[in-house]
Amino acid sequence: MTATTDLSSPATALRGTVELRTADGWLAVCSAEELLPGRGVAALLPDGRQAALFLDRSGRLYAIGNVDPFTGAGVLSHGLLGTVQDRTYVASPLLKQRFDLADGRCLDDDTVAVASYPVRVEPARA
Amino acid sequence: MAVTTATSRNTRDNTIVLVGHGMVGQRFLEALADRGVTERARVVVLCEEPRPAYDRVHLTSYFSEGASPEDLSMVEDGFMARHGIELHVGDPAVAVDRESCTVTARSGLTVGYDTLVLATGSYPFVPPVPGKDADGCFVYRTIEDLLAIEAYAQGVSSGAVVGGGLLGLEAAGALRGLGLDTHVVEFAPRLMPVQVDEGGGQALRRSVEGLGVTVHTGVGTQEIAVGDDGRVSGMALSDGSVLPTGMVVFSAGVRPRDDLARDCGLPVGERGGIVVDEQCRTQDPAVFAIGECALASDGRVYGLVAPGNEMAETAARTIAGDAGSFTGADLSTKLKLLGVDVASFGDAHGTTDGCLDVRYSDARSGIYRKLVVGSDGTLLGGILVGDVESYGVLRPLTGSVPPVAPEHLVLPAGAGAPVTLGPTALPDEAVICSCNNVTKGAIRGAVTDHDCTSVPDVKKCTKAGSSCGSCVKVLGQLVTAELEAGGVEVDKGLCPHFAQTRAELYEIVLALRISSYRELLDAHGREGARGTDGCEVCKPAVASILASLAATVGASVHVLDGEQAALQDTNDHFLANMQKNGSYSIVPRIPGGEITPERLIVIGEVARDFGLYTKITGGQRIDLFGARVEQLPLIWTRLVDAGFESGHAYGKALRTVKSCVGQTWCRYGVQDSVRMAIDLELRYRGLRSPHKLKSAVSGCARECAEAQSKDFGVIATANGWNLYVGGNGGATPRHADLLAQDLSDAELVRLIDRFLMFYIRTAEPLERTSVWLQRIAGGLDHVRDVVVHDSLGICDELEALMAAHVAGYRDEWADTINDPERLSRFVSFVNAPDTPDPTVRFVPERGQIKPEPILLALTETVTA
Ligand SMILES: Cc1cc2nc3c(=O)[nH]c(=O)nc-3n(C[C@H](O)[C@H](O)[C@H](O)COP(=O)(O)OP(=O)(O)OC[C@H]3O[C@@H](n4cnc5c(N)ncnc54)[C@H](O)[C@@H]3O)c2cc1C
Ligand code: SF4
Repeated sequence: MTATTDLSSPATALRGTVELRTADGWLAVCSAEELLPGRGVAALLPDGRQAALFLDRSGRLYAIGNVDPFTGAGVLSHGLLGTVQDRTYVASPLLKQRFDLADGRCLDDDTVAVASYPVRVEPARA
Repeated sequence: MAVTTATSRNTRDNTIVLVGHGMVGQRFLEALADRGVTERARVVVLCEEPRPAYDRVHLTSYFSEGASPEDLSMVEDGFMARHGIELHVGDPAVAVDRESCTVTARSGLTVGYDTLVLATGSYPFVPPVPGKDADGCFVYRTIEDLLAIEAYAQGVSSGAVVGGGLLGLEAAGALRGLGLDTHVVEFAPRLMPVQVDEGGGQALRRSVEGLGVTVHTGVGTQEIAVGDDGRVSGMALSDGSVLPTGMVVFSAGVRPRDDLARDCGLPVGERGGIVVDEQCRTQDPAVFAIGECALASDGRVYGLVAPGNEMAETAARTIAGDAGSFTGADLSTKLKLLGVDVASFGDAHGTTDGCLDVRYSDARSGIYRKLVVGSDGTLLGGILVGDVESYGVLRPLTGSVPPVAPEHLVLPAGAGAPVTLGPTALPDEAVICSCNNVTKGAIRGAVTDHDCTSVPDVKKCTKAGSSCGSCVKVLGQLVTAELEAGGVEVDKGLCPHFAQTRAELYEIVLALRISSYRELLDAHGREGARGTDGCEVCKPAVASILASLAATVGASVHVLDGEQAALQDTNDHFLANMQKNGSYSIVPRIPGGEITPERLIVIGEVARDFGLYTKITGGQRIDLFGARVEQLPLIWTRLVDAGFESGHAYGKALRTVKSCVGQTWCRYGVQDSVRMAIDLELRYRGLRSPHKLKSAVSGCARECAEAQSKDFGVIATANGWNLYVGGNGGATPRHADLLAQDLSDAELVRLIDRFLMFYIRTAEPLERTSVWLQRIAGGLDHVRDVVVHDSLGICDELEALMAAHVAGYRDEWADTINDPERLSRFVSFVNAPDTPDPTVRFVPERGQIKPEPILLALTETVTA
């Protein structure tokens, strides 16, 4: 399962509605213009959970759980993105553990992972 | 097999009694424990002082660095209990009976011994001058002496020290630290007559006088003048003059405390000291003597810790049944007295037949260096005053022929000296850490055989550098050299994305006028890293460089604009400090710590209205905790309206410039420290740097603002300002170094401009000024050359860069609340901006809030 949507167009040209898939189906979260390459935003899911959405430099979208499992705080969306061996990750702003954006796995502790969600951009309806 | 419990006290029939729990006594106990002797024998310690062993050498740090008596302790927590040692504090031995092998203490306690070790140290010698027992006469050896001096000094304004040797200058430092007008009276024609020669004495005198201590040499103390109230009023000198003074500290040498040994018939030397052999045994094989009370087999009494420690090791080894001997030690010393570095080693006075001197003397900067060289070129010893950088290399070279000509070893770097001799030139036998007797070979071995890869590893493994610390720098150089030689590539690159150091990236950004991270990464990143997202190390580091140079390279000044926004650490991104539960804290700027009642009330009202936890910070500001991200703009709108600005507590930037009230209110103040602190804080506010920057300004030498623990600290003098740099508090405290003295307001600001810009230019990410100053080649002297003497010709540029920063400063929060685009970021959820984050929860404590403790579930199930 991959949680990314490849978009060949440059990040700034992203247009449309960002959607994320939960158990209940696709959920519209925000418009693509609200995302800043290299940073994230938090989204509240219908079941009360939180997701963190990110856009990387090359225009790929990702969504993982927002709650940092090491501190219990909803902060992963506030972390910095990075790349290591072709994997894009977010570093938690609290204790700096890194989470793979593609699958939510913690790169610094094999036993820990956060949820990951498929994401897509639905072109804006004219 | 019968299991004998080695630790059971009852089975330990052999008893060792230690009399005296000073520096050497404690070292002896550690050596016994290291050899497992404490497992086999009962150890009883009689300690005269009311507290266990402490670091006498750093006594003066009580005054100069605010160390508490507990900070000075040398006994690790739980040491005595762990090794089953019985310590009797405040109960000195009063008699030894060698017939019955017992020691009697003042309390009446009598202990039988199999082995007795005397480590009773010395007592200060007080010359028999009239008036010596008056109120206000002190000696300087124990913490109790120090507390008594401190208490008495409250009521006087001046003090005189009798004796200008090592201890006298230490005592003078203490009196200066107490803010007294201080005099030193030395009978010999120069200061520290034992350690330094005439030239060194002159350099030392100039530096000491520069620190406000008046030096009288070549005169003796004839009488202490006593007032009608029985208190010291002055001192009559041998030249007929009278020195008015409120108190006197005698520091005219020490004498071994050998009375216990004398009284029980053990031989003592003509001028004191318990006679011992090479194993530190007295004439009675059951009795040892170590440290300052012993007269070693070479006929000398050693008044320094390092030889005392060697004696302690020797005695412990002998008692454990191992081989060991102490045949004498080298009297090398490296000291910082009153902020002046002094070192002497080997045959410092050139007493060897046919030896020659090589000298360098620079009266202007107070530097004096002399090497004593044998006729065959062997380095025999030397004296260094003012700049002792080379001590770490020269002392271990003593006794060998240095690989370069001696004149090159005394010339300052750059003054025709073709080489600076590194520690790699030393032979393996060279002792690098003299306190713990660790050779270069042992340090190399720690790296090659014990897999140590850092200075802390090597310290732990060999004990090198764990006492006085003067060898740590050389240690670092050796570790790096050894790792490199072992093929361990010491990659100096910033991170997996950049092969350059931060300083190199700074130069690239400045020279090529690069204004974005992407441009820098794609053109100058490592091969495979170009086009990637970088990482959490290089992004903030480059963001900081771009922010420092924004006005010059044409990058946006606001850290939340465009690409910059994606580079900032989370704290910078939200212009607040994220706390453990994901809430943020807010620190408005309060320049110099000065605040009007109206503004204080505003802070109180904001905190009350938003339910924030408030705490006064160490930097003379107020921290408001517990704000949710969506509350930040609302809170700041109120604060900005009341005239507050961002305090940059979230940034690697200038934090605060603390101040004492200074001349305006304080009876001791000599300058307006508050005004200067405000001026400096306003000048450098918003300046992004490799790490946070802290500062303080004190109104006089009493130093109430603790400027010497800051990155740049300013202390008022009667003639202007002294500038100290590279200080640090926190986990690795460091006393700041004096960069320049008696500066006018304008000179001070100009020098700080240069210093800060040079630091920003050359430091590594997250490297505080204290670490930077110790790391960069040439250290403080190099920095002084660059920023004071403009040796690199870059001062104009440094000043221009700072001028651009000052002109371009804008308050980040005012700009943010006026910009809808930037404000749009401050929401809890992008799809539910009005719903507070449910993970941010608080519970009450002591009338305020605190984060609710969180139970962690480490794995969330993967949905979808
Ligand atoms: C201000 C100052 C600065 C110094 N700076 C330096 C320096 O920079 N470098 C350096 O190498 N050295 C320095 N020294 C010297 C150094 O402190 C001594 O060399 C060292 O402390 C000697 O250790 P010691 O254990 O032999 O004696 P001490 O540390 O003096 O300990 C002896 C202890 O024995 C106790 N005692 C005495 N008689 C009895 C008894 N009958 N029963 C029980 N206990 C008894 C004493 O109370 C004392 O606590 C300095 C000393 C002072 C005072
Ligand atoms: S408050 Fe300032 S001026 Fe007063 S004694 Fe302390 S440092 Fe000196």
